[in-house]
Amino acid sequence: MAPLLSIKNLHVSFHTYAGKVHAVRGIDLTVERGETLAIVGESGSGKSVTSKAIFGLLPKHNASIEHGEIWFDGQDLLTLNKKEMQRIRGSEIGVVFQDPMTALNPTMKVGKQVVEGAMKHRKLSKKEAYDLAIELFELVGIPNPEVRIHQYPHEFSGGMRQRVVIAMALACKPKLLIADEPTTALDVTIQAQILDLLREIQQKTGTAIIFITHDLGVVANIADSVAVMYAGKIVEKGKVEEIFHEPIHPYTWGLIQSVPNMETKGKLYAIPGSPPDLLKPPKGDAFAPRNEYALAIDYEKQPPTYQVSDTHFAATWLLHPQAPKINYQKKIAEQLHDEEDNKVKDNDVLLKVNNLKKYFNLPSKQVLKAVDGVNIEIKKGETFGLVGESGCGKSTTGRTIIGLYEPTEGDIIYDNQPVNERNRGAFHQKIQMIFQDPYASLNPRKKVEDIIAEGLDIHGLVQNKQERQERVQQLLEAVGLQPDHAQRFPHEFSGGQRQRIGIARALAVEPELIIADEPISALDVSIQAQVVNLLKDLQKERELTYLFIAHDLSMVKYISNRIGVMYLGVIVEMAEADELYKNPLHPYTQALLSSVPLPDPHVEKTRERIILEGGLPSPVDPPRGCRFRTRCPLATEKCLEAPQWREAEKGHWVACHYA
Amino acid sequence: MKKFILVRVVNILITLLIIATLTFFLMKTLPGSPFDEEKLADLTEEARMEFLARYGLDEPVHVQYFKYMANLAKGDLGLSYYYKEQPVSSIILERIGPSALIGFQAVVLGLSIGIILGMIAAFRHNTVWDYFTMIIAVLGVSIPNFVLAAFLQFYVGLKMGILPVAYWESYDHSILPTIALTVGVIAQIARFMRNEMLEVLQQDYIMTAQAKGLGDWVVMIRHAIRNALIPIVTILGPIVVSLMTGSLVIESIFSIPGIGSLFVDSIKMNDYTTIMGLTLFYSAFFILAILIVDILYGIIDPRIRVHGKG
Repeated sequence: MAPLLSIKNLHVSFHTYAGKVHAVRGIDLTVERGETLAIVGESGSGKSVTSKAIFGLLPKHNASIEHGEIWFDGQDLLTLNKKEMQRIRGSEIGVVFQDPMTALNPTMKVGKQVVEGAMKHRKLSKKEAYDLAIELFELVGIPNPEVRIHQYPHEFSGGMRQRVVIAMALACKPKLLIADEPTTALDVTIQAQILDLLREIQQKTGTAIIFITHDLGVVANIADSVAVMYAGKIVEKGKVEEIFHEPIHPYTWGLIQSVPNMETKGKLYAIPGSPPDLLKPPKGDAFAPRNEYALAIDYEKQPPTYQVSDTHFAATWLLHPQAPKINYQKKIAEQLHDEEDNKVKDNDVLLKVNNLKKYFNLPSKQVLKAVDGVNIEIKKGETFGLVGESGCGKSTTGRTIIGLYEPTEGDIIYDNQPVNERNRGAFHQKIQMIFQDPYASLNPRKKVEDIIAEGLDIHGLVQNKQERQERVQQLLEAVGLQPDHAQRFPHEFSGGQRQRIGIARALAVEPELIIADEPISALDVSIQAQVVNLLKDLQKERELTYLFIAHDLSMVKYISNRIGVMYLGVIVEMAEADELYKNPLHPYTQALLSSVPLPDPHVEKTRERIILEGGLPSPVDPPRGCRFRTRCPLATEKCLEAPQWREAEKGHWVACHYA
Repeated sequence: MKKFILVRVVNILITLLIIATLTFFLMKTLPGSPFDEEKLADLTEEARMEFLARYGLDEPVHVQYFKYMANLAKGDLGLSYYYKEQPVSSIILERIGPSALIGFQAVVLGLSIGIILGMIAAFRHNTVWDYFTMIIAVLGVSIPNFVLAAFLQFYVGLKMGILPVAYWESYDHSILPTIALTVGVIAQIARFMRNEMLEVLQQDYIMTAQAKGLGDWVVMIRHAIRNALIPIVTILGPIVVSLMTGSLVIESIFSIPGIGSLFVDSIKMNDYTTIMGLTLFYSAFFILAILIVDILYGIIDPRIRVHGKG
């Protein structure tokens, strides 16, 4: 049988003021009926553009499909007129977008939004549409559908909204579902729910899924086949096992190695450099400048696609009969052996936080208890990881420690000195912060030099202009940028480079403690590894102490000596990184660990998952007693009492009656 | 929702009380009055006292204030100093008709034409339609309405003789003043609507709607317009206000016996009770307009509605 979808030599470009951007440069792809194809790539690789070309919603004013065919169920979609394409979109191809918070019309009831397409394409009556809405809500697991369909999007949580969006995409029983980063905006426990749901729906309805993502863990979890995209081309495609266990393209190698799994030790592999500018696509292999195995021909001529097995294809000159053979498996094994001491250092305590609370008064006269009694001890020179889902209060904790918020209650003791309102100024130089969003955290109207030197000026650390300039240049070199970057403005840099500028700014005043609030979550996988390595190197060179706040458990596990797990304003478990991973005591930690998708299809497809039900309760009105009891599989009546924060094993603290 | 409106109404009353008090004492402290001693010099002392007593001006200021407030509570704004013995409230009522007609026509026309033009400009973004609309909008915003009024009087009224130049005798007399008032509103709304529409059309939920295979017009009408209207509602209040103040000048230019020209005249004549009455009237009107806008906001945006409950 012919494949459901087959794309032949597709080229898409965008016309911009700067010139023509070749976003997709000749891709061939097939999707079989009922299979899940994952398209993996970093931002700008052309993966979303490809999906938009399939369902025909490229921006009209500047995008053009220059070449190619998209055969779907026996017809070339690119030859259809607008009306015919609208019919295909609603009834044959369903789409799920990335951000459920913005994908729904805020002024229309969700039930109507879900069936709107079906009402048009299947000419349903009101009654039929109503029944369909109820049926779809049940299918995607939204409780209480009779009530829920009459509500507006803002009455749903993020995870529930994504279920609504999925219900909407399924309304006409499409043959193909295109999901563009559908879980990227969600927390890991919610992500696990949604991935489960998609798999279940696929089994029930037999729809094929194109799953676009940058997260290799998710790919390993859900995909049957994988296409890896780089700079507008597919560099490798094959069955999921082939891609993960026998990758052939150096870019795929790099990607897989860039992501730490729970066992990664030593230095993380980072693909050097950054992706090419598609305004002027390179003549040869676009990946060549970042490829440590690049051959001379890579710079001259684009590699053809070689077939490795029935299903496995790769476009690299390394497959040419005359090319040198590289043993990738051996390389990885060497990397893993290069172990490094991640043990907790037995140093003095640098920062001690006792019973820290931060409440916010809401306009509605309610009190939002963002942080509600947190205890942390961070030793000199260690990295303390603070993990939790969005809304758990981890960022507020960091901001309260540095003094951006006034604590409602509790003590912050830095180097045996209590920090209070009066002496806070003395600590400003010692504690610095790195922020999540490298785009929003640098003032766009200031030169890099002035951004970095601002702290130097405030604390009077430089005597004259020349010294200031020298210091900035040293800092830029320390974070891997060029000294002449000092005279540029932030918009001239990529996301990863900007984050380096943010790090240089934090380092400028020679702090002892750096609070890094999700410093890598806005970056691409290969860039994440670069930044994490930089942070680790700087720590060694300068004996820095880190408070590393993140939601990505495997990255936190990789970088931290000790980890605290936060849930709804409190820390529920704290232990050494290895201990926490091998022997999680709190049921929330266990669920969190089992929700993290790992980049290994074998592990992903066999392991048992603890899927938590529901979402995070509101911190305005947290559950009485143990905060986790509303979602906890072990909860009993006893949990109505707040559990004690106790040291279950040496250095392993937990707050649970049953741990 | 009921509680929300109740709280707002109480707030409005307090605001009006403060405005009334302020204007009252402001008038009292300002120099000059229609009954200045030199103006009434030819009257006997007795006649003058009687005159003052009739308007209650012989009593101490605080007594005058409490009397004024007590009357105000009954809806009595006092007697006009200038229009012989007529209560201010009936003068206002008499003159409200023309102003209300012009104002209403300007709001309705301005809103509907402005919104439609803005939508067309956004939907046909970067085409001749867009440029044309935006040129009109820029002109509309930058030409003051009194200049436009004079222009209309001269060309449409005098040269072409299609419509009456001034006065208030038939419905035709309302057309030129309405146009003079409306153009600015159209321009303002059209520009705003265009920007909002462009913003909304960029939103993910528009792509979601298109991905359902809905037609362009359905997407536009069902999904885009309502969301683009939400911010328009917020500028409605200020627009109504600008229409009312704009009408002060327009009514004078077209010699229309509305409350705008009444206000101008009463200021010229030092007719304090009328000035105060009109100030209160305008204030009440503006505050009411803002209240209506807030309620509309709740109706149009479900996210606000829930807030109103709490």
